[in-house]
Parts: sequence; C-alpha cells; structure tokens
Amino acid sequence: MPSDVETLQPERISTDPAQSLFPLKVRQLVYNVGKQRLIDGIDLTIEKDRRTIIMGPNGAGKSLLLRLLHGLLTPTEGEICWGETPRVDQARQRQALVFQRPVLLRRSVGANLCFALKLRRYTRAEREERLRHILELASLSHLADRPARVLSQGEQQRVAVARALVLEPEVLLLDEPTVSLDPVSVEAIEELILAVHRRGTKIILVTHDMAQARRLADEVVFLEQGRVVEHSLSRQFFQQPSAATAHIYGSSRVVL
Amino acid sequence: MQDFGQAFSLAFQLIVSADPMLSEIIFLSLRVSLSAVIIASVIGLGIGATVGIVRFPGRSAIIVFLNALMGLPPVVVGLLVYMSLSHAGPFGWLHLLYTPTAMIVAQTVLVTPIIASLSRQVIEDLYIEYREQFLSLGVPPKMAVAALLWDARYSLLTVALAGFGRAIAEVGAVIIVGGNIKHVTRVMTTAIALETSKGDLALALALGLILILIALSVNATVSLLRLNASNSAYA
Repeated sequence: MPSDVETLQPERISTDPAQSLFPLKVRQLVYNVGKQRLIDGIDLTIEKDRRTIIMGPNGAGKSLLLRLLHGLLTPTEGEICWGETPRVDQARQRQALVFQRPVLLRRSVGANLCFALKLRRYTRAEREERLRHILELASLSHLADRPARVLSQGEQQRVAVARALVLEPEVLLLDEPTVSLDPVSVEAIEELILAVHRRGTKIILVTHDMAQARRLADEVVFLEQGRVVEHSLSRQFFQQPSAATAHIYGSSRVVL
Repeated sequence: MQDFGQAFSLAFQLIVSADPMLSEIIFLSLRVSLSAVIIASVIGLGIGATVGIVRFPGRSAIIVFLNALMGLPPVVVGLLVYMSLSHAGPFGWLHLLYTPTAMIVAQTVLVTPIIASLSRQVIEDLYIEYREQFLSLGVPPKMAVAALLWDARYSLLTVALAGFGRAIAEVGAVIIVGGNIKHVTRVMTTAIALETSKGDLALALALGLILILIALSVNATVSLLRLNASNSAYA
C-alpha cells in the first residue's frame, strides 16, 4: 500500500510549464466506493478560457468530480487528461483547490499565506512582496497578524482563496466556496474569482447557488447521479436546458 | 515513630531552610527525569509522527504494541535495563550501572512508548484534517511533518508532560538500575521509599510535598499555555 507522504512529493514530479493543461479531457470516468458507483462514465471536454460551473442536486458527484480532476482521488476506471500533461499529479502542481470548509493552519493569516509561498522557491524579499500583494488583493491586509481560525467564516474562506492564489495556479478549482456565507462575503469571494479569471486563470467552480451560477458561469456542467446530463453555454443552460432535471433546477422548483 | 504533626513541621523546616541533602536529591531527580523526557520526546515524536502519517503494512499492530507498552511495569523495565547494563550484559562495557545515566536510560525506556503513542494520536488527528489540503498544495513530506509538529505543539507539550509525570513519579526502575546510593543516585522517589522504611517521615514528607508541588507547577504552566493558545485558536 503506498504511503500518503509518498504522494506528497512535488519536487520529485517534473512539471513542464510549456505543456498546456487544456483542453481537459475526461473519458469514461468511473469512481466506485464499495459496490456503489458514484461517478458513472463521465465524458467531458473543457476548454481554458471559460468559467466552468459544475451544478447538480445533492449526491450528484460534483465535489467528487472536482477531487478526481485535481488528483486527490484515483478513478476506478477511465482517464483524465489535462492537455499535454501526462499525469494528473503533474497537472495538480499547476492548480489550486479551495475546499468548501477552509482548512487553515493554526497560525496567523500571514503565516498561512507564507506557508504556501515557501512551497515555491522564492527569495525572502519576493515572498514579502507577493504576500503584501495578495493581502491587498483579498482585502486581508488588516488581518495579516490575526490568528486565521478566529476569523469569521467569510474571512477564513477569503484567506483560503488567497492562499490558493499565492501559488499563481493556472487552474483554480473551488468547491462551493461561498456556501453559508453572508452576501457581503459572497460578493468579496466572487470579485476575487473574477479578478483572477481576468488575469488568465481557469475557473472550475462547484455551486448550488443558481444566482451565483448566473453571475459567474460561461458554461455549465450539470450532473445527476454521477453522470453529465447537460454541458452547455450558460445562456443556453439558463434559457433552454435540455435535461429535465436541469430545467427543474434552473426554474428553482428544486431548492437545495 | 514520629507523629504526623511533628513530621509535617520538620518537613516544612527542611524545605524552608533549603536543606542541602534535600536540594541534592531534588536536583538529581529533575536532571534524570528531564533528560529522560527530552530524549524520549525526540525518539517518541519521531515514532509518533511516522506511525501517525505513513500508512504501511503492520501499522495497526505497531499501534496496538505501542499502546500496550504504555503500561510497562517499571520494575520490569528496571530489570531489563539492569540485565543489559550489568557486566554480563551486552552494554556492560559501558559501566553505567548504578549511575544517573542508567536511571535516565531506564526512564527513557518507560516514557518513550507513552510519548510515541499519545503523539501518534495527536498527529494523526491533525493530519486527517490537513491531509487533502497538503496534497492539494503539494507540501513535501518533511515540510508536512514539521508543520504538523508545529501546529500540534501545545497538545504535544501535554504529551511530554504526561511523560514527565510518569518519569518523576516512578520508583521501581530507578531503584534497580540506580541502587539508591547516597549522593550518587538517590532521587525523590527512592529517597521517600527508603526514609519511610527507616521511619524518617520528615524527609519523606518534605520530598513528597515537593514532588506534588513540581507536578502542580508543571501542570499549571502547561494548562496556562494551552488556555492562551486556545484563546488564539492556535491549539
């Protein structure tokens, strides 16, 4: 059985930034837990420029798909190809994932961001410059010395997004990052997402929030029972969804 | 036999006057037990972190084994260390028997499983929380272990305290390998046992009171540190 720490060895994984991560191609992806098939033969192609929103009812496999794409889980069958990058763990070095519940170290906000910065071989001066920049971008400068885990949930999630961004990922994956946050916090996180997308970062976001999907989506992938039932541009999805569940979901008759 | 009142009175006099014999015994006890805890912490935290993070065949058996070792009888440890350090034993050439070093070795053997086992639980719990985030960020193993140890430092301090409590209060192992030799290997617990058997309750009581005072002070310090850390969400 492989050790967990054996998989945590980025320095041993050679990544070539010249290799494009797109298009992302998912072929016949299956993920089973015991005898239960949670992801059931997903085929998907995702291009770089659009903001991709993954939607679907509870238990549809949205978060699971995100973890599979990021290489945190190994598929039972099928393959995930991030462009020309041969392995998912190689692609993961150029991505960042923001979890639904932020996992912050028992340190200050600044120390949490510095922890991520130390993963890259920046000089001390570079680290300080990047830290200052990202704190400003995420409007966290005034909280830099506060313990991260005493902040409000919205502030904690902003720290988590900021930590993801200090690594300057080419792809930012977000798993329901604004669930149970107040509107001000939601707006702050969405502004951050839009800002990094404008700078060329690919966004793949899982959400239940229809209004948020309307605000952020360029395209929507709709999942149901581990299958993709609709993959279309946002305009088409919100006006004329082809799948019945997506239609019900889109017209908000299903409240989740 | 002296009555209890007289014994208490004499005990306080010994403490207040900083009796040289009493001081010597206290300092040797602290030296032996603190040394043992420091060495056991280095070894135990290494084992705890490894077993807590790395998945390998036989891991569950090692956890059960470590947990079982937490209840090692001190006299058995004393006997095994005695046999190892005696002239006929594998380490007899070191001539350590009846020295404070032998007592440190015995207490280290006693305390290491406690620190390894308790720290394994602390580190594993934290690793479960951090694991996916570390994997996502691509944290190298050495940095992951360092981060876990640092973030769990207040809990690990409590673990070390549990080890210190076991070491300072233990008598069976140190009396076998140390021999309770006056001015050489006499520590608080062995002195209490000896003086009680001789009927000199004053010295025994004085040592007992100081032993309790040390335990209380260490506990209070760690509790304050933890409270402070909890208030800042660092624990």
